[in-house]
Amino acid sequence: MTRSARSGAARAPLSGQRWHFQHGPIDLVLRAWGDAAECARAYEQAWARFATVLPELVAELPDLREPVAPSTFSFPRSGSEKNRPLSGAVARRMWQACAPFADQFITPMAAVAGAVADEVLAALIAGRRLRKAYVNNGGDIAIQLAPGERFETGIVGDIGKPKLTATASVAAEDGVRGIATSGWRGRSFSLGIADAVTVLARDAAAADAAATMIANAVTTDHPAIERRPARDLDPDSDLREHPVTVSVDPLDDAALSAALANGVRAARAYRAAGLIEGAYVELQGRRAAAGGTQAPAAIREERMAWSLHA
Amino acid sequence: MNEMVKPAASDDGIVTCDACPVLCRIRAGRTGACDRYGNVNGRLARLDPFVVTQKIAEQSGAMVPFAGKDWDGKLVPGAPTFVTGVGAGTTYPDYKPAPFIVASQYDGVDMVTVVTEGIFSYCGVKVKIDTDRYVGPETAAVRVDGEQVGHVTTAEYGSQMLSIGGVRHLTGGSKKEGVVTCETLLKLCSGEAVAMRVDEGEALTVQAGRPPIIAGAREERMRVGCGSATIGIFAKQWFGHVDEVIVVDDHITGVLTEHQAGRFLDMPLAGIRVRGRKSTPGRYFQVAEPGTGWGGTNVKDPLEIIEKIDPKNAKPGLRLLMVSTTGEHAEYFVLDEQLRPQKAPMPAHLRMTVDRIGENCEPALSTVLFMAGAGGSLRAGVTENPVRLTRSVKDALTRVTAGGAPVYVWPGGGITYMVDVTTMPAKSFGHVPTPAIVAPIEFTMRREDYAALGGHVGSIRRIDDVAKADRLQVQKWHAQGPWPGAPLPKTPAE
Repeated sequence: MTRSARSGAARAPLSGQRWHFQHGPIDLVLRAWGDAAECARAYEQAWARFATVLPELVAELPDLREPVAPSTFSFPRSGSEKNRPLSGAVARRMWQACAPFADQFITPMAAVAGAVADEVLAALIAGRRLRKAYVNNGGDIAIQLAPGERFETGIVGDIGKPKLTATASVAAEDGVRGIATSGWRGRSFSLGIADAVTVLARDAAAADAAATMIANAVTTDHPAIERRPARDLDPDSDLREHPVTVSVDPLDDAALSAALANGVRAARAYRAAGLIEGAYVELQGRRAAAGGTQAPAAIREERMAWSLHA
Repeated sequence: MNEMVKPAASDDGIVTCDACPVLCRIRAGRTGACDRYGNVNGRLARLDPFVVTQKIAEQSGAMVPFAGKDWDGKLVPGAPTFVTGVGAGTTYPDYKPAPFIVASQYDGVDMVTVVTEGIFSYCGVKVKIDTDRYVGPETAAVRVDGEQVGHVTTAEYGSQMLSIGGVRHLTGGSKKEGVVTCETLLKLCSGEAVAMRVDEGEALTVQAGRPPIIAGAREERMRVGCGSATIGIFAKQWFGHVDEVIVVDDHITGVLTEHQAGRFLDMPLAGIRVRGRKSTPGRYFQVAEPGTGWGGTNVKDPLEIIEKIDPKNAKPGLRLLMVSTTGEHAEYFVLDEQLRPQKAPMPAHLRMTVDRIGENCEPALSTVLFMAGAGGSLRAGVTENPVRLTRSVKDALTRVTAGGAPVYVWPGGGITYMVDVTTMPAKSFGHVPTPAIVAPIEFTMRREDYAALGGHVGSIRRIDDVAKADRLQVQKWHAQGPWPGAPLPKTPAE
């Protein structure tokens, strides 16, 4: 792994013509398909952009941890204490992705992973002729598809038992350029109990924010669910004193159905509002897909044979 | 336990990580946003390092404090260093040289250590549970979450053996069986507690280096010996203080006055006949069913095992001690006029002997030996001619270690080894979804021997260079074990 002395960002080539970019908590896996020279230039563009992504975010971190106030759909705004205008490109992507959900508690951090993926993908493809490309930021994926191309991705329903429980297949004409997954077992806290909520949307930031909100909605009141105030776990959490899920024992059928239905209801509402293309929810082995005729086809459940070291 | 990267604790136990500009503030036991750094006991620790171990000798009579206040977490210059396979990664399938082939010098001899993590499908653990309680029938299935992960095997001295894992449970059964087996192995190898159930037997909680819990009861002590052995050990101490002692034991219950030891002391027969099948005088099999009561039987009231009291020998006022083989259960009785045993306060001297039985029992533990075969392709990461590695190990020219810990290499074909998981560094084990277990393994040999067996000599790196890696974690060498990097004997002349 080569580390840039200036920024501290690091990169290393991976197998399968992929690159790994890492800086602090950000881990990206990138791949471009196309002419070798075009791909090489694309990777250099992405690397150049990546170097300042983390410092830009850190500079505005306190603001990014503040809730997005309701009914403020325009951007940028001049501002109140709570919603000062954000200046960084990634920060603005985050805010824009979260603003439609501002009738509930949400902070721009809900879309940080997706927004970083979108920003680096934009740099990767700018001016390049590529058939296809992706930037995967820890499961939140920004994709670019030329006409006729497809992108296949696997969904791991329970990271405690890593295996693919479903695959999502996206065609260029679907209008999907972002895939994101959220759940209480992941790196970020969740108010809900979903093992995985995978969302397809117009970009990764939108998918990330929606996956967060749908995952929050997959819940029910049940003694088997243990929650703790987020700041008891992380003193700087943007979720403040909101109770986040720390453990979930096996639930009975009634509780599972209720929690799943809550999530599906939220997903349908977001789809009706044009915020997402489709969503897939997994909860203790139960699965549900939300969306119209397209989404269930786009996300198809599939038990895959385990393949290792592919 | 991971050693610190640098100390950074504040009053409220929060550690501020300065590994990147995010400057996460991390509460105890949690990780930062990256999951790479965490707060381990108030110190910032790198959580996915590969581990080197250093031997800090008593130099000029003073121990160099390791991981002490003044230590910055870096390698101690000049101290012998051994690179372990923990976190080294693997190059599976190992057609390429192993991740680290490291040259070091020890006592002036050039040594080469090939460091890798093996992915083991052929692996499992052998668990020894110190108990006389009945765990379940031999060959019975051992289940976790309803899946068979292993079986009950032989009863050994004061203990019961379980075999957990193995390729047939990992990959030979259903997918769920494999996943649960893999999780069970990982937990046992990582020193975590695992709840198990034996078919037609008991519920167990097993944790390496900790007392077993059987049917909800924590096992405290191993028995001092079987009932007959206990009689033999304590007969002289009982003589003159009691007229009969019955040591209740599921294996062999001992009756003092009938036993050779009582005969030797000329003790008169007490006429108290116990149930079960007489083996030799004073030694009885099967006085009750196996269970979790007295001495590994199902007996809750010890008088249940008395079949009859013969008035020919028994007399009113006869003093009877009944005790289990661990001293955990003991009652003192005196026969009344109708020769019925009546509970009575235990005299101080007898209480002392009961306590002494307990004192002579070793702490009961579950112990876990990881057993795995370093087969075909892993060896190719070491040498271009794999069988030569096997031969070199058999000839004791190559030392095999697991995370630097000594292993026992089983005779016969292949490199099948066993290691006590508690001697290995923390977080030595991992898994892959195959499912299979990932474990560190190191092969150490003289440089000339490495060249002779067709080793990847071109990939040898100096230990100083490896030590410059940023994800290095230094651990103090486990002082009890032999130094894994010590020189090996020279190849005998042909």
